[in-house]
Amino acid sequence: MQDKTLDVRIWRGQGPDDGGRFVDYTVPRLDSQTVLDVVTHVQRVLDPTLSYRFACRVGMCGSCAMSVNGQARWTCRTHVAKVVGGDGDVLEIAPLANLPVVKDLATDMTGFFDKWARARGQFQGAQTRQDDFARVSPATPERQAADAGIECIGCGVCYGSCDVVQWRPDFLGPAALNRAWTLVNDVRDTARTERLRAVAGDAGCHSCHTQGSCTERCPKGIAPTLAIAGLKRTVARAAVKGEL
Amino acid sequence: MPGAALRDAVAQARRWYWQRISAMVLALCVVLHLAGMVWAVRGGLSAAEILSRTQGNLLFAGFYTVFVLACAVHVPIGLVSIAREWWRWSPMAAAWFARIVTAALLLLGLRAVWGVYAPGA
Repeated sequence: MQDKTLDVRIWRGQGPDDGGRFVDYTVPRLDSQTVLDVVTHVQRVLDPTLSYRFACRVGMCGSCAMSVNGQARWTCRTHVAKVVGGDGDVLEIAPLANLPVVKDLATDMTGFFDKWARARGQFQGAQTRQDDFARVSPATPERQAADAGIECIGCGVCYGSCDVVQWRPDFLGPAALNRAWTLVNDVRDTARTERLRAVAGDAGCHSCHTQGSCTERCPKGIAPTLAIAGLKRTVARAAVKGEL
Repeated sequence: MPGAALRDAVAQARRWYWQRISAMVLALCVVLHLAGMVWAVRGGLSAAEILSRTQGNLLFAGFYTVFVLACAVHVPIGLVSIAREWWRWSPMAAAWFARIVTAALLLLGLRAVWGVYAPGA
């Protein structure tokens, strides 16, 4: 295994209009090698000018998401063997789709996180530090719906996989809408109406076509599609009743 | 959220709701339409035979009027999304396109219903 090599194509530069292009590299093929190992080898051994982003290497921080052979993935938790089948297959690594490229494999996540704020992704409570803890039963349907989406770490894999984000750059995207749905189901939150308004409309939940790429690709096993469906029902009911 | 943006968002949410409702109506209409066709052609089919069943038949006219109305609600809402996302039309152009399609569906659909319902048409 040690003598084997792997052909890799890595995106260098910015967008295709700014001179960005794929550059070919050959790296040693190792056992249990992750895609992040490959990128790190290229940067440390072959070309120190390669820019990419990572932190924890164990699937906790969500900073190493890239497009691997056309699919958004966490590179630290993706074994090369999972995406490259036989000999001669090329591993293609590109920056996450639907986000501006800063350089090489590093994207500008500003727009992604700004949309969390636009979707009113901040908790707003009515209690102060002098009040007792709120007691919320984990068995209630609302809390279970919130718990189903609460583990999102904001890696952007769903955002980079979403066709609607590509078609409508204003679309809030699966992660921001999933966050909004967890708060709509948080009984302590007091900004429900404002949040429902924020996620309605052309840029909001009703633009989702339920294609399910976000749910298919989420490394945490979260289903933003379900969250968005919940928002669609809740917002539409409120709109029809004149409560928005 | 500014007033105009909120009105737009509420209208979009309502359109989604009506598209859902019209989809349910269409699902039922399509099944009944297909079943009706299979039943109607059981002994061969001629224009005179069809018209003998449909002319003056209020149940028939009512059913297909509902079918046409559901189409006129459902189709334009979906076409707006296609026009904006795939053809990159502006919101204004997509809205006018939807209005024209709505008018055409209503005009052609209801004219067709009237054509086979009206006695002696």
